[in-house]
Amino acid sequence: MSPHELTLEGTEAGKAPTRPGRSVGLVRRALPSTRTARVIASLSVLVVASLTVFLTWGVDGHWDYALPRRAEQAIALIVVGAAIAVSTVVFQTLTHNRILTPSIMGFDALYTLFATTLVFFLGANSVETMDPWIMFSSTTVLLLAGATTLYRWMIGDGSRGLYTLVLMGVIAGTLFGSIQSFMVRIMDPNEYDSLLDQLLPSFGALETDVLALAAVVMIAGVAVAFRFARTLDVLGLGRERAITLGVDYRRAVTWLLMLVAVLVAVATALVGPVTFLGLLVANLAYQVTRMHRHVITLTASILVAAVALVLGQALLQHVLHFNATLGSIINLVGGVYFIVLILKESRA
Amino acid sequence: MIAVDGLTKSYGTATVVDGVSLTLPDAGVTSIIGPNGAGKSTLLSMVSRILGPDAGTASVDGVDVFSASGREVAKRLSVLRQDTHMTARITVRELVEFGRFPHSGGRLTPDCRASVTSALSYCDLDHLAHRGLHELSGGQRQRAFVAMVLAQDTRYVLLDEPLNNLDMAHATGVMRLLRRLADERDKSIVLVLHDINYASAHSDRIIAMRDGAVVADGAPAEVITPEALEDVYGMPFTVHRLGDDLVASYFR
Repeated sequence: MSPHELTLEGTEAGKAPTRPGRSVGLVRRALPSTRTARVIASLSVLVVASLTVFLTWGVDGHWDYALPRRAEQAIALIVVGAAIAVSTVVFQTLTHNRILTPSIMGFDALYTLFATTLVFFLGANSVETMDPWIMFSSTTVLLLAGATTLYRWMIGDGSRGLYTLVLMGVIAGTLFGSIQSFMVRIMDPNEYDSLLDQLLPSFGALETDVLALAAVVMIAGVAVAFRFARTLDVLGLGRERAITLGVDYRRAVTWLLMLVAVLVAVATALVGPVTFLGLLVANLAYQVTRMHRHVITLTASILVAAVALVLGQALLQHVLHFNATLGSIINLVGGVYFIVLILKESRA
Repeated sequence: MIAVDGLTKSYGTATVVDGVSLTLPDAGVTSIIGPNGAGKSTLLSMVSRILGPDAGTASVDGVDVFSASGREVAKRLSVLRQDTHMTARITVRELVEFGRFPHSGGRLTPDCRASVTSALSYCDLDHLAHRGLHELSGGQRQRAFVAMVLAQDTRYVLLDEPLNNLDMAHATGVMRLLRRLADERDKSIVLVLHDINYASAHSDRIIAMRDGAVVADGAPAEVITPEALEDVYGMPFTVHRLGDDLVASYFR
């Protein structure tokens, strides 16, 4: 029997061969790419629309005052959104898990611990008056150093596997969390009040030059992610297949985890921890693109993140009149979406 | 030629592959047989770079498998793993296109597209090319992975138990396909098999392993004998000649 006959059993029997294979191929092949183009185009239109709404809603003639301030805020939102989106997509590809975010590696916990330690030892006053440059760069460097040490130590000779790494990250996160809650317990209540301000993500006042630095780092990081896009496609097939297709697995994973660390550090140092944003935008991006190509999913996730944050902030300012924070809205929407995802995964 | 020299792997005190040295030819079908835990898959995994060895070397046409760049090795050696499960939702054609990654780095050239198309039709998957991989039956999916390996266009193809979970029709289809690859395209096919009669019917050479070492190595007529098989598996065998085939019987 030739292999050809093998297909003539079961449900596949004779269905496709009734039409010539090549023309079916052409028709079906054209579909996904035009669909993808349409999705990316619609998302771009949505980004422009939300930016327009955000920049012009209720300006009442004070253009020269409102516009620069709002533009700066919009840039901050996009920098944070892009960094979180790209880091989450990369992290989820590496771990083959769509409900993980880099925060599981203890990033948020490390940031929280750092902020608490500062207030604890230096006092709320000196922290609040600290130069934002110093604050931003020291936070970024600390998060990076923490992640680097942790990863280098955990990856070791590469034989322990990525899940061990993730689990050790969870344990490290719990440790940071415990130390932090111990400090909070013996802290002056007034200082704790001021600490809370820092621990909730806020897109309020940002220093221009800090923002510029963050933007540069974010653009560089996203560029690296796009350079790795094709390798990421192969990594999505799993470790063993990636190796047999010629990916130097350990090197690629180490570099990509460092990239994730840089992007998360920038976003967290800029606005504080935004746990669920990445989960939300990455999964929405997969859902609308239905693609495995990272060039597409990365682009889509950045656009989705920009829409979510810019539109969210506009609604927060004009509909809710600042009666909530963007962070709490993200966590509410993200949390609900997370539960939906888990329910869907458990049924699949 | 694949040259393996003193490859060793142990887990704790258990040595799974114990200083295996052998050379694999640059053409034909070579089957590796042996009982569970003999170290067949572990040996193959080390040559495939999926598992780091504790000692020993392996080279493919002179390229050291463990120190050369992944891409250089992947241009010479392709691997089909036991597990054809896939989390990514991709089509058959997209899967086969991944086979070109070592050559093109993911940017498909016209040459790549041509070799993907020819791999698909060689495995008779033209009409399934735009189906999702998850929609296929086990046998079809196995053929899709063979097509990917074919698109990778390497001289050496390693397969770890490619007949797992396939019924007789599909298993025979896959074996015939591999035989054709060796005969028509001059490839060297090395596969781990549990069914000794498939090994007997389709191989040019059979390597038998037990307890992490090679215990028999030669043409099917030399390895498919009651004495040799009993030595490998530790149970009685009778061997019949049916037409051209040597068939081992061990069911009673």
